[in-house]
Amino acid sequence: MIRFLLKGILRDRHRSLFPVIIISLGVMLSVVLHAWAGGILGDVLNFTARFSAGHLKIVTRAYAKDMDQLPLDLALDHLHSLLDTLQHSYPNIEWTPRIRFGGLLDVPDAHGETRTQGTALGLAIDLLTPHSNEVKRLRIKQALRRGHFPSRPSEILLSDTFAQKMQLQPGDTVTFIGSTMFGSMAMQNVVVAGTISFGVTAMDRGSLIMDITKAQKILDMNDACGELLGYFKGGRYRPELAEQIKTKFNTQYSDPKNPFSPQLLTLMDQNDLASMWDYISSMLSFMIFVFILAMSIVLWNAGLLNGLRRYGEVGLRLAIGEEKGHVYRSMLWESLLVGILGSIVGTLFGLLVAYILQENGIDVGNAIKSASMMLPTVFKARITTATFFIGFIPGIFSTLLGTMLSGVGIYKRQTASLFKELEN
Amino acid sequence: MNVFRLKKLSLSFGIILVFFFSIPIQAQTLSAVEILQRIDQNLSSESRVVNSKMIVHSRRTDRTIVSKTHAKGEDHSFTEYLAPAREKGTKMLKLGKKLWIYSPSTDRIIQISGHMLRQSVMGSDLSYEDLMDDKKLTTHYRAQVTRTDTLETRMCWILELTAKEADVSYYKRTLWVDKERFVPLRQELFAKSGTLLKRVDMNNYERIQGRWYPKKFIFKDMLKTGKGTEFIVNSIRFNVPIPGYIFSKAALRR
Repeated sequence: MIRFLLKGILRDRHRSLFPVIIISLGVMLSVVLHAWAGGILGDVLNFTARFSAGHLKIVTRAYAKDMDQLPLDLALDHLHSLLDTLQHSYPNIEWTPRIRFGGLLDVPDAHGETRTQGTALGLAIDLLTPHSNEVKRLRIKQALRRGHFPSRPSEILLSDTFAQKMQLQPGDTVTFIGSTMFGSMAMQNVVVAGTISFGVTAMDRGSLIMDITKAQKILDMNDACGELLGYFKGGRYRPELAEQIKTKFNTQYSDPKNPFSPQLLTLMDQNDLASMWDYISSMLSFMIFVFILAMSIVLWNAGLLNGLRRYGEVGLRLAIGEEKGHVYRSMLWESLLVGILGSIVGTLFGLLVAYILQENGIDVGNAIKSASMMLPTVFKARITTATFFIGFIPGIFSTLLGTMLSGVGIYKRQTASLFKELEN
Repeated sequence: MNVFRLKKLSLSFGIILVFFFSIPIQAQTLSAVEILQRIDQNLSSESRVVNSKMIVHSRRTDRTIVSKTHAKGEDHSFTEYLAPAREKGTKMLKLGKKLWIYSPSTDRIIQISGHMLRQSVMGSDLSYEDLMDDKKLTTHYRAQVTRTDTLETRMCWILELTAKEADVSYYKRTLWVDKERFVPLRQELFAKSGTLLKRVDMNNYERIQGRWYPKKFIFKDMLKTGKGTEFIVNSIRFNVPIPGYIFSKAALRR
């Protein structure tokens, strides 16, 4: 019967063309939307993990409460012994210390007097160890725009936008002014080795990247760091494992009575990522639901029109003795085939658009200038396995629902009056 | 003899009467502006040299910072930090509304301006503006006596001060003024929005060169979680001649 129906659909374009076009368009939109939202969300997670949150993060309990303020006075101390413990207990995680700090950059004029000043957001990482994973993780060498990669502790990298704003060139000396871990004034001359651009608004606004050993010296953080980040080997975030490690570590080492005891946070615990993830997931589900509903109404309407057009055909089939249920079921099968056809066409077009968006993206840098989240400036789609199937849910369900609703009319036909109707 | 005794008794009684009634009479007769003038007479001077130490009580540790300040009028001030080793040799110069910092480790003179002036000085509860703020209250604030109170056994007037112009660090201040010594025992400093920003307790008052001066200030930044900062005046000399070169940028590198 399926073969028979398929032939009918393909040969009678009046029966299939309009529903297939409608379904294809809807499915294409669903596929693009899913790939794009997934791409943005994935990028946010990936960028947040790489640049600020890690897959796991250990900070002091007091630091965790005021993390946005970068409270260096609440930093983690006894770093080396903590690192030894972690490397022994969790060998499949790479632990790396970082310091995030704020300060002022003062640019001197020819006489050594202040020419200009700007507020910098510092990030101290392992910059100088050969083959440092941090350099690879943050793709710093790829992000280099001008100058060279630092080769000495006194050399720093500045965000390109910030350097241009401050009229700084690679090789210029600037003075960093900030506060040490103990609140003293920290002042240090540093050389701008190069400028960088990550394509992440929050990082490209006023970033200063420095080697962690130099930062520890300037900020009086001997054997201390602001944050200790953990990355799963393989680079993929594993939520269940992260939660297990969090529970185990916090039970063992975190003391609610001691604000300076360590506390482990997962990626999703930070930057409201968990709630954002839930929000976007529920928004996506809602949009797909609304789409199915809207498509069902459209297809119901199309089915009604089709029903009117095929009034005679259905009447004849009923008149020659075909059972009402059989007619109804055959129409459902037919719509299922139309749905599958439309979903295949829509998915193919959707994948094409998603691929273009994945490769090129849409530059929204100007619209998110002041974003504090780790948002990429170019929103790109991401094609995953789900992208190949997601369109079939609305494509098939809406067609079936539409036909179910419009096909109810079959049961209202009176067999006794069928020939009379056909005569007319 | 009895007449002599009676005269002596009535004289003593008279003195006691004068003593008892003098303060309320003063309170009734002195206006808020006059009280402010008396405060300024105690706290302000043409010039002063102060040796002080600042104890910063942070959540993790306590730090003591020793400094020596030369100041002239409202606009000229020069501070050199003497200890601890990390701060030693750091100098600050204030000329009018400008502030420069010199750090020996960088050999740079850096101007601090704009919102940076509201930042904490060396992790303390004092901002650069607080350090620079040596203005006469009568010049910059309108005052009103609102009520009386007792603070640590001393009778006080409560003065509400409102800035005459916008160019002040704190738009409103509430002062607990000692009725006898004409010195503030406590100050609460507010933003224009009414938010309490800082509380300063002033105690250990001593009579120095004919004026009452607090030897200990306790600053508490109400927006921070720390335990406050003690500013202790080890020694202070008023109206001493200070050579002009001290208040120059060249002096920062000397």
